[in-house]
Amino acid sequence: MSKYTEDDLREELKTKEYEYGFYTDIESETFPVGLNEDIVKAISKKKEEPDWMTEWRLEAFKVWKEMTEPDWANVQYQKPDFQAISYYSAPNSKPKYDSIDEVDPELLATFEKLGISLDEQKKLAGVAMDVVVDSVSVATTFKKTLAEKGIIFMSISEAIKEHPELVKKYIGTVVPQKDNFYAALNSAVFSDGSFCYIPKGVRCPMELSTYFRINQAGTGQFERTLVIADEGSYVSYLEGCTAPSRDENQLHAAVVELIALEDAEIKYSTVQNWYPGNAEGKGGVFNFVTKRGICEKNAKISWTQVETGSAVTWKYPSCILKGDNSVGEFYSIAVTNNYQQADTGTKMVHLGKNTKSTIISKGISAGKSQNSYRGLVQINSRAENARNFSQCDSLLMGNECGAHTFPYIEAKNKTAQIEHEATTSKIGEDQIFYCNQRGIDTEKAIALIVNGFSKDVLNKLPMEFAVEAQKLLEISLEGSVG
Amino acid sequence: MDLKEKLVSSFMAFEDTVDVHSPIHDIRTEAIKTFETQGFPTKKQEAWKYTSLNAVLKHDYSVFPKLDNDIEFKDVKKYFIHDIDAYKIIFIDGKYASHLSQTTHDGIDVCLMSSALAKPKYRLIIENYFNKIAPNESLSALNTAFSAEGAYIHIPKNKLVEKPIQIIHFSTGNEAALMLQPRNLVVVDENSHVQIIERHQSLTDNPVLTNSVTEIFANKRAIVDYYKIQNDRQSATLIDNTYVNQKQESLAKVHTFSFGGKLIRNNLNFYQNGERIDSTMKGITIIGDKQHVDHNTLVHHIEPNCESHQDYKGIFGDRATGVFNGKVVVEKEAQKTNAFQANNNILVSDKASINTKPQLEIFADDVKCSHGCTIGQLDESAMFYLRSRGIPEKEARALLMFAFSNNVLDSVKIPEIKNRITKIIANKLGVNIGFEL
Repeated sequence: MSKYTEDDLREELKTKEYEYGFYTDIESETFPVGLNEDIVKAISKKKEEPDWMTEWRLEAFKVWKEMTEPDWANVQYQKPDFQAISYYSAPNSKPKYDSIDEVDPELLATFEKLGISLDEQKKLAGVAMDVVVDSVSVATTFKKTLAEKGIIFMSISEAIKEHPELVKKYIGTVVPQKDNFYAALNSAVFSDGSFCYIPKGVRCPMELSTYFRINQAGTGQFERTLVIADEGSYVSYLEGCTAPSRDENQLHAAVVELIALEDAEIKYSTVQNWYPGNAEGKGGVFNFVTKRGICEKNAKISWTQVETGSAVTWKYPSCILKGDNSVGEFYSIAVTNNYQQADTGTKMVHLGKNTKSTIISKGISAGKSQNSYRGLVQINSRAENARNFSQCDSLLMGNECGAHTFPYIEAKNKTAQIEHEATTSKIGEDQIFYCNQRGIDTEKAIALIVNGFSKDVLNKLPMEFAVEAQKLLEISLEGSVG
Repeated sequence: MDLKEKLVSSFMAFEDTVDVHSPIHDIRTEAIKTFETQGFPTKKQEAWKYTSLNAVLKHDYSVFPKLDNDIEFKDVKKYFIHDIDAYKIIFIDGKYASHLSQTTHDGIDVCLMSSALAKPKYRLIIENYFNKIAPNESLSALNTAFSAEGAYIHIPKNKLVEKPIQIIHFSTGNEAALMLQPRNLVVVDENSHVQIIERHQSLTDNPVLTNSVTEIFANKRAIVDYYKIQNDRQSATLIDNTYVNQKQESLAKVHTFSFGGKLIRNNLNFYQNGERIDSTMKGITIIGDKQHVDHNTLVHHIEPNCESHQDYKGIFGDRATGVFNGKVVVEKEAQKTNAFQANNNILVSDKASINTKPQLEIFADDVKCSHGCTIGQLDESAMFYLRSRGIPEKEARALLMFAFSNNVLDSVKIPEIKNRITKIIANKLGVNIGFEL
C-alpha cells in the first residue's frame, strides 16, 4: 500500500462528493414564491391554526419587515432574496399514518438510502421518530408508548390544535419573535416542527428523534421546535438532518426553544449534514438557526452538536441560566471543508446563583473553508459563585483554510470563576511518527488523532446517535476517522 | 459646539502655525478628512463595544494651550525615574520644556518631532517612516492631522544606547480642560538597542484628554524595550495608539503599567514584516474607583517562524471596569508561528466588572497558537497560610496580588523601573511593604 499522507487526505477531501445527494420525487403542493401578509395568513390557514396563532405570526412578520439581515458573522455569502422563496411546501399525500406501512414507499426508500430505515430504527434503537419531509410530519412512531407516560411528542401544528394552552404559554418565551432577523422570519412563516412536553417527574424512556430533510427545489425550511420539560423530568432529544444535492442555495432558518423547569434536564443533540455545496463552493444550504434554552432552578440543559454540512452555518445554541444551581453545557464539533463557512458557538448567560457552564468546542477546517467559534460567557452581578469552563480547539488541515475564535467574556460578579482556553494546531508530524513507529500506518494514525481530538464531544452523544455522527465525520473527512 | 466640530474647525487655525508647503501637510489634510468622515468611535463599533468616550468628549477642551508655564524640576522630580541617568524629552502642556530635558545628537538622534519635521537633514527618515504604519482610523488620523510635536528618536546601525530615554508629558492645568496630541516616532536601525520610558502626568485635577500616536520601527535584529507607566490623576484620559513595525530577527517588548487615570485606552499593534521576529507585550492593570482601562492589542503575523507573547494581568476593585481585547492574526504564509496569549483577572469588588475577548484568526496550518483567559479570586488556602503565619489580612492580600502580577515584572530589564512599579503597586494596594520578603 502506498503511503497515505495528509496531502492525500486533503486531495480526497477536495474531490469527495456529497454522498447523500439525491432527490425524491413526491408530488408537492407548493405556494407561489414571495412573502407578504397574505402568504403568512395562507400558511396559517392551510395549517388550520386558531386566530391567536395567525395574529402571532403576523406580529412577527411586521417586526421582520422592519429588520435588516445581520452581517456581523464571520461569513460571506450571497444574501438570499426572500421574495424568491416559496414559503410552504408539503408532501401531497396528506392523511396521517398510524403505521409505517402506509407511508409512501418512495419516502421510505429515501430514508433507506440515508441508512436510517424507519423499520430498523423502530426495532433496534427504540427511537420514536417524528419524520419531517418538507415541513409536514408524515410518520410518528412509538406515540402510544409515549402516551402511556403522558409524554406529548407531535408536530407543532398538531400541538397548536390539540394543546393550544401549552403552546400559547411557552412559544416565543425563550426566543421572542423580534429576537433577531431569522427568528422573526421563522416566527412568521414556520411550516412545521416538533413539539415535546414531558410531564412532571417523568423520565422519558427513549431518545426522541426527528429527521429533517429539505426536499423541494426552492423551498426554504422553517422549522419550529419547542421542548418543555416540566419539573423533575428528563428528556433526550435528537435532531439530525441530511439534504439532497442542489445547485441553488437553500435557506434553513430554524428556531429551537427549550424550557427546563425546576429540576428538569434536557439533552439536545444535533447531527447536521445539510448539503455543503460542491468542491467549487457552488450550491449548498444556508443554515441560520436560533437555538436557546432556559433553565429554572436546579435545571440542566446540554447541547451537543456535530456540524458537518451546510455551505454557511450561523448557529449559537445558548443557555439562559436563570434559576439558582442550574447547569448549561455545550459540546460541539464543527467540520468545514471546501468552501464551507461556519460561525458557530454558544452563549451562556448566568443569572442565578451557583450556576455552572461548560463549553467544549472542536473545530476542524480543511480545504478552503473558514471555521469560527463565537461565544459569550456573561456573569451578571447577581450570579454569585458562577463557574464557567471553556475550551475551544481548532485543527487545521492545509494552508488555505482558516480557524477563528471570538470569545466574549463579561464578568460583573467578583465571585465568578471563569477559565477560557483555546488552541490551534495541525496534526503533528511527531504524533504521526509516534504511531508509525508502533506499526500504525499513516491513514490509521490520522484517523486516531482526529478521533481523539473530537472524543470529548463524541462521548457526549447518545449511543444511537454516536454511530451516525461517526459516519458523518467519515463522510466529511473520509479516511481520517476510524 | 461638540469636540469633533471644534477640532475640524481648529484645523485651519492650526495650519497657520505649521509649514503648509511640506509634504507632511498633505498627509495632515488627508487625515483631517478621514477624521471628519469617521468621527470619534462609538460603542456601536466592535473595537469600542465596551468603552464609551461620551463622558470624556463632553468637556470643552482647548486645543491650543497657552504658552506660559513655570514648572521647576523639583516640583516634578518624583515623576521621573530620577535615580538613573537618562536622556529626557519633556513636554509641558504639549510644548517642549528645554530646561527639564536632555536631548542629544551625538551619534544618535533623541530630539523633537517639530525639528525633525522642519529640518532637511531628517527629511529622508521622515519620508520613509512618518505615518507609514498608523492606520487610517479616526483617532490616529486625528492625531496625524494635528501632528507637530512629540519625541523623535532615531538610532542608527550598530548602536547600543547606553542609557534609557524618558518621555514625559506634563499638563499644568492652566487650562480648564486640555487636549493633547503628541506624536512620537522611534526608528531603530540594524543591530541597535534602545530602552524607552513613557509617562503622561497631569499636575492638577483639570481634565486632560491625550490622544497619542507612537510609531516604532524595529529594523533587522534591533531590540526595542518600551515601558509605559500610566499612573495619572483620575481626571485624565489617555488614548494611546502605538504601532510597532518589526523587521526580521528584531525583538520588541512593550510593558504597560496601568494604575491611574479616569479612562485609558491602549491600542497596541504589532506588525511582523520579516522572519524570526519576537514580539512581547505585557501589562499589569490595578485600578479601583470608577476607573476604566481598555487594552486592545493586535499581533499581525505576516511571515514564518515568528513568535509573540502576550501576558496581561488585571486586578479590579470598586466600580472599575477592565477590558481586554487581544487579537492574533496569523496569515497563510506565517507557518511555524508560535503565538501565546494570556489574560488573567481578579475581581475584588461586587461592582467591578471585566470584559475580555481574546480573539484568534488563523489562516496557516503549521502553527502553535493558544490563548488562555481566567477570571477568579485569590486562593483562600494561600490566604489562610499567610494569615496563620501572622501576616495581617490586608498585607496578605497585597502579597498574593503582587505574586499574581509578578511574572510581568520579571521581564522588566531596568531595575529602577521594577522598584518604582513595586512601590506604586504597594501604594495602590494600600500597604507599606516592599514585597522583597
